[in-house]
Amino acid sequence: MTMIEHDKIKGMSDRMAQAEVKGRSPWADARKRFFRNRAALVALVVLILIGLFAAFGNSIAAWSNEDIDYEVMGSAATLGAPSIANGHYFGTDDLGRDLFARTVQGTQISLMVGIVGAFVAVVVGTLYGATSGYIGGRTDQVMMRLVDILMSIPYMFVLILLLVMFGRSISMLFLGIGLISWLEMSRIVRGQTLTLKNREFIEAARATGVPSWRIILRHIVPNLLGVVAVYATLLVPLMILTESFISFLGLGVQEPLTSWGALISEGAGTMRYGTIWQLAFPLGFFVVTLFSFFFVGDGLRDALDPKDR
Amino acid sequence: MFGFILRRFAVAIPTLLLLIVASFLLMHMAPGGPFTQERALPPQVLANINAKYGLDQPVLVQLWNYLSGVVFRFDFGPSFEYPDRTVNQVIAAGFPVTLTYGMISFVVAVLVGCALGTAAAIRHNTWLDYLAVGISIGAQVLPNFVMAPILVLVFTLILGWLPGGGWSWSDPAFWIMPVIALSTSYMASIARITRASMLEVLSSNHIRTARAKGLPESKVILRHALKPALLPVISYLGPAFVSMITGSVVIDMYFSTGGIGKAFVDSALNRDYAVMMGVTILIGALTILFSLVVDILYAWIDPKIRY
Amino acid sequence: MTKFLITTALALSFALPAVAASVPEGTKLADKQEYNFWLLDAIKSTDPAKNTDVEGSDILRQLFEGLYNEDDKGAMVPGVATDYTLSDDKLTYTFKLRPEAKWSNGDPVTANDFVYAWRRVADPATASEYAWFIELMNIENATAVVKGEKKPEELGVKALDDHTLEVKLSTPTPYLIKTLAHASTFPVNQKVVEAEGDAWTQPGKLVGNGAYVLTGHNLGVDITLEKNDNYWDAANTIITKAKGITVNDINIGLTRYQSGELDRVDIPAGQYPRLKESNPEEAITTPLACSYAYIFNVSDKGPEALKDVRVRKALSLAVNRDVIVDKVLQGGQKPAWTWTHWAIEGFEAPENADEAKTQEQRLEEAKALLAEAGYGPDNPLNLTIQYNTSEDHKKLAVAVQQFWKQLGVNVTLNNVEWKVHTDRLQNQDFEVARYAWCGDFNEASTFLDWFRTDGYNSGKWSNAEYDKLMADAKTAEDTKPIYKRAEEILAAEAPAAFVYHYANADMIRKDVKGLPLDNVMNDWYLKDMYRVAE
Repeated sequence: MTMIEHDKIKGMSDRMAQAEVKGRSPWADARKRFFRNRAALVALVVLILIGLFAAFGNSIAAWSNEDIDYEVMGSAATLGAPSIANGHYFGTDDLGRDLFARTVQGTQISLMVGIVGAFVAVVVGTLYGATSGYIGGRTDQVMMRLVDILMSIPYMFVLILLLVMFGRSISMLFLGIGLISWLEMSRIVRGQTLTLKNREFIEAARATGVPSWRIILRHIVPNLLGVVAVYATLLVPLMILTESFISFLGLGVQEPLTSWGALISEGAGTMRYGTIWQLAFPLGFFVVTLFSFFFVGDGLRDALDPKDR
Repeated sequence: MFGFILRRFAVAIPTLLLLIVASFLLMHMAPGGPFTQERALPPQVLANINAKYGLDQPVLVQLWNYLSGVVFRFDFGPSFEYPDRTVNQVIAAGFPVTLTYGMISFVVAVLVGCALGTAAAIRHNTWLDYLAVGISIGAQVLPNFVMAPILVLVFTLILGWLPGGGWSWSDPAFWIMPVIALSTSYMASIARITRASMLEVLSSNHIRTARAKGLPESKVILRHALKPALLPVISYLGPAFVSMITGSVVIDMYFSTGGIGKAFVDSALNRDYAVMMGVTILIGALTILFSLVVDILYAWIDPKIRY
Repeated sequence: MTKFLITTALALSFALPAVAASVPEGTKLADKQEYNFWLLDAIKSTDPAKNTDVEGSDILRQLFEGLYNEDDKGAMVPGVATDYTLSDDKLTYTFKLRPEAKWSNGDPVTANDFVYAWRRVADPATASEYAWFIELMNIENATAVVKGEKKPEELGVKALDDHTLEVKLSTPTPYLIKTLAHASTFPVNQKVVEAEGDAWTQPGKLVGNGAYVLTGHNLGVDITLEKNDNYWDAANTIITKAKGITVNDINIGLTRYQSGELDRVDIPAGQYPRLKESNPEEAITTPLACSYAYIFNVSDKGPEALKDVRVRKALSLAVNRDVIVDKVLQGGQKPAWTWTHWAIEGFEAPENADEAKTQEQRLEEAKALLAEAGYGPDNPLNLTIQYNTSEDHKKLAVAVQQFWKQLGVNVTLNNVEWKVHTDRLQNQDFEVARYAWCGDFNEASTFLDWFRTDGYNSGKWSNAEYDKLMADAKTAEDTKPIYKRAEEILAAEAPAAFVYHYANADMIRKDVKGLPLDNVMNDWYLKDMYRVAE
């Protein structure tokens, strides 16, 4: 379900690198442009609200995410509908557990999966790509061939294997998702590093004897931030989608913890049995969040890359 | 060009070997074996079974036997989970199905996606554009495990137009829902990519020149804009194809198409080492082959790229 | 129709007509006699020696016929065998076979076909995962053959002539006749098996002696059975064609039933009451011989706390069986206070004081027991429940976690896949594990043997009196009091918390008749079925 337009990001990174060298900070302009983009701005606000929902939703929930409401249990279709009166704002699941609290908790897991996946991609991908591009030559060849090799492995199959082999747990899920997310990032970063590395300020640093690792960390990485930020924003929804697929296969987090994917797949199973809220609320959050990430990502890119209109 | 293809093959083979060895070892490290079952088998029976399938030998010997079987005889061995069949038979039963609906979905996704994206770009900022963008984002974020049961509900139960699942080589009615469920999100991605890149191309200088020369708009688009606009789409096709094969797990589960996706998940869960390895190798090889084809296609469309 | 129960192990001789589809007088049959049934998964094998699944057995029962069949109540009725004699020492059974029985290729079915088939199951070279079934039947030398110590030819089964089969046992086995409808005991055609190798089970090649032949099998999609004209009772089989359709998702299965593609489908947990209301004639629940429990690991590898009977008792009492049955499953299941399923033939449950109490009383008692054992708010008990992947197991585990929370027990849930689950069960690598056992035949020992010291007994609970009772039962004339006492011991010792006894909740088209709705084994025969005109 890849939907990141790699070519555009590459083009953008080239142009940003040039702007940087001309001594113009693209960030101040970009901020202005971003705030003028209404769709992206709304999406950003929505994301902040969802973040707040995940962080503080529990304090307004009347139930915990694992307690069973025995009044409702077994009659979810008739008694478990969303209601302010009994404290189940989003209704209950089939067992009578509060869907509001479970959605809050599922949101936490799903966002965490997305953000951790993107974070790994940012850290590993940036360092790997920058190192490869900066050192160049044979090392670069080998490092990039390795990325080629890893990219041609059907990673979803490998992820399933990993979860089957080592048992399902949140850390395994993070590891598995992190393992695959950095590849594309490292390619993009390498490309930009190649254009950066011949600029005067890098050469100046090299001439004064600054060690390579410090040049990479101090001078190259900061200049990659724009691309990395855009790419990371677009990566989060992909990670969330991946997690939902894993949960659908029953390889997600352990009960009583849940995630959007797990909630949606449960809700989709029972959608014909008069408990549509079990699908509607988690799916609503899922769709709105993914939409928002895409809009924010697009907005960021447009803001940082004004030529691309 | 020829050298480039040769080099790619040189990388592909070790990649595939790496994949085989890694998944073989992973699988054997997992708790539970293919014959772990509810009634613990008496040790003698288990020993008999292990001997029959060669599982009593050291893992490395098993790996060698397996690899040599695959490489020299194209024999993936017997299946543990389906004792009447060999892995070759299991794959021969499921793979054509997956490939058929996968390929149709792929073609549908590319054609409809490109058409939708191009139309949206040409009619930029009209209702058609907004509709196309809305549909494509919506289709992209709706998981197909939600879409599949909805399709069955609508087309089978309510309308009664299509069979709710199963597979038939002679009746394309069985293919429709799998194709819809599988292709929609890719179609949406392709539409988005096409739209964005078409917009960029349409505002470029050489299109302005073509228009200035007084060429009719349809010719401008078909002759001059389409080819460069499709470049990003092509680079998207490789990963799309792979994740489509992965997505076939959902299709096989909801529509009982008997494809290879379900066979893979089952074999991993049931420790059917043989089927799992067979499918992994097959998909791995296909992935590598496909990314090669895409690269060649790319080089052919964009002569600027030199290898 | 004559019904005949073979419950006695005396030296008797039986000769009576087998049951075929018995259509009441005046019934108008439908013109189209076809039947589409639901399968959850692919049929993995159609070889009687290699099948290990319930759904596989359902298919095999149509393609092959053993010495005996089951009728709609679960009683044994003649299949290929017409009658038998039993020697005075109860060790030698001599079966008379039906001379008119034929294979689907026209060959006569002979005693040698059974001899070959049974040896084949026991033979280590076949590597049958059901070789233990021949041991369970106590056929002479079975264990030695399975171990490879003796040749398959030394198995205690012999063809005296083409239509006389002699079976020698190592110990008297009162339930022997009941094992003879099991798929592992079906005959196979030696000529075909040897000629075709592993491929002999493919449609077109498979030769069976059942009422139906295999005409199509798309792995994981569907399996097609058509009437076998060579079957000895073909004149009385009515259904002409049947199709097993795989639908991996139970909810989609129901949708496809409602769209008319399936004639029978399982009802998802919790949906039975709603469907019963909307389709009272189609939603049907029948008892099924399986019991669900949480097994406590009392072995050395298990937690110290579970070795204390008071803790086990407390945990068992706190499981609110009524809530599970009435509010989670809602499909005709019954709360379990015994390991043996309530509907097993000839089983009488002992009085159980706990059963009569209210859940509040049970909870009070559980709290007191746990406090006595030294666990409470200051010293909380921490346990892990392991369960295998399934929507229903998950729901129950979540509920039990909440029940035990009321006692102050902290429960962690650990969901693993089936292969890992069984692997850990067999190695005592768990604390509390969800488990269910399904009877192999309609008699209480199939359940109770599980808890013998040398039984499957994953929790490694052991009790000398219990072992002795179960050994005595093998040769006893009247097993009722023995089984009753065994259940009393289980109730007092709580090696597991029994949760519920299974029931099958199905949607079945109302014109489909002849399904064995009173057979707790749920073994159905297409040849007994028919569709009436509406």
